[in-house]
Amino acid sequence: MWAGIGFLWLPVILLVGYAFSADPVPFHWGGFSLRWFAALAANERLLEAAWLSLRVAAGSATLAMLLGGATGWVLARHGPFAGRALLGGLAGAPLVLPEVVTGLSLLLFFVTLEGATGWPAGRGALTVLLAHATLGTAYAAVVIQSRLASRDRDLEEAAQDLGASPATAFVTITLPLMAPALAAGWLLAFTLSLDDVVLASFTSGPAGTTLPVALFSMLRLGMTPEVNALATLLLLAAGLALALLGLLLRRRA
Amino acid sequence: MRFALRLIPGFWLALLVAAPLALVGLMALSWQAEGVPPYAPPWAGAGINPDNLRLLAEDPYYRDALLQSLAVAGATAALCLLLAVPMGIAIARAGRWREVLLATVLLPFWTGFLIRIGAWIGLLRDEGWINSLLRALGWTDQPLPLLYTDGAMLLGMVHAYLPFAVLPVFAAATRLDPLLEQAAEDLGATPRRAFLSITLPQLLPSLAAAFLLVFIPAAGEYVIPELLGPPDATLVGRVLFQEFFQSRDWPVASALAVALLALLIGPIILFQRLGRAA
Repeated sequence: MWAGIGFLWLPVILLVGYAFSADPVPFHWGGFSLRWFAALAANERLLEAAWLSLRVAAGSATLAMLLGGATGWVLARHGPFAGRALLGGLAGAPLVLPEVVTGLSLLLFFVTLEGATGWPAGRGALTVLLAHATLGTAYAAVVIQSRLASRDRDLEEAAQDLGASPATAFVTITLPLMAPALAAGWLLAFTLSLDDVVLASFTSGPAGTTLPVALFSMLRLGMTPEVNALATLLLLAAGLALALLGLLLRRRA
Repeated sequence: MRFALRLIPGFWLALLVAAPLALVGLMALSWQAEGVPPYAPPWAGAGINPDNLRLLAEDPYYRDALLQSLAVAGATAALCLLLAVPMGIAIARAGRWREVLLATVLLPFWTGFLIRIGAWIGLLRDEGWINSLLRALGWTDQPLPLLYTDGAMLLGMVHAYLPFAVLPVFAAATRLDPLLEQAAEDLGATPRRAFLSITLPQLLPSLAAAFLLVFIPAAGEYVIPELLGPPDATLVGRVLFQEFFQSRDWPVASALAVALLALLIGPIILFQRLGRAA
């Protein structure tokens, strides 16, 4: 077990450690320095990609939370209805499809839609956002459905028995109970969006280079200490997000 | 209200999941053509094009790409299982450290897989950390070619997918009754025998689920072979990218997607059965 954990962590720890090395050869120690963080802060192309990625991730996560919330709710609470299996199947499909297939299919869809209606004009941040929202919806739906399925409905029914309208019961009882799952769904979709290369490569075109796509093309040419610094910052962000998620999920219990 | 709640996500998923997949199927039967977009659909006059799918079955380049992808995905999943079984069981039995250990295993999953691949590039390069270490120890004077090999690719794949495999094994191991293994040992079984005949059979469905959870996404993996693998590792994800972006042959790229799905549909159905049973 310790060997497995070491295997998972050692590369990451070394990566972070050498981000603070002055040596221009990556993974060589040349004394402590923050020069690569400074170089990163001056790299406009990367900063632009990072800003775009954050906006795309926030937008797609919000859409995914709303759509995934509706999907999870319907699947958990509406009982059997015509089309339930179809809805469940479509919501589950992005989870099991290889991402190259999902990416290709979405690009073909956007191109065909543009040919037929003129919208979306070209591909860029908007099409990446829609693609990520679709993937995120599938993940958020699973999180929210399982949370709702495991929570009994007694509290809502008690509220209604005590005279609350279904709408009041939903807003005062159900929504607060669902909130941690919704937030977890949002965060999951946000992380997926910030980590995606394949869907973004297919659906972005030249106009919408996200941070992972930029990082991917940097890594293709090899490794620079700037990548170490960037990775360190991303790890810090991911750590903060995870701590937040942990807090949210603990409140549920 | 109830109906609208079904209709909105249903509409979204039909539009952005079902319709795009149908388009891939259609594109696989279309003709490559000059123009933007670079294809002619079956109704443009030439009819259905059966050659794209036939090409995949007959041309050894494409056939080998598909088979090699399955082999690499299978090897990745098997190696992940080999590590995940002891890890999953040990974590499930770690008492009050259980949550912390599980988080330690799952955290790298949240840190972005590109970063982890970047770390492997830094470790495995000719002037990388491992080669510097070997030279400093005096074990080699020439750098060992580690990066851009099949080994590096497999290492990166196992590293990226290991948390997926640990999770189902851990979940099943927490449901094990420790008394059963105890009883077997009380009745004279060696620990090894008790593990093989009592514990392992109970874990078997979760092992299958863990294998498939790695195998299915790994079969279409593009980024890891591209960054860590040798140039001649023609896996299906890479070939699909090449056909689409370099050759601009959308119909053949789509046919590859259809073929990959056809190969994965059995594992996907099996995986969902296992999920429902668990």
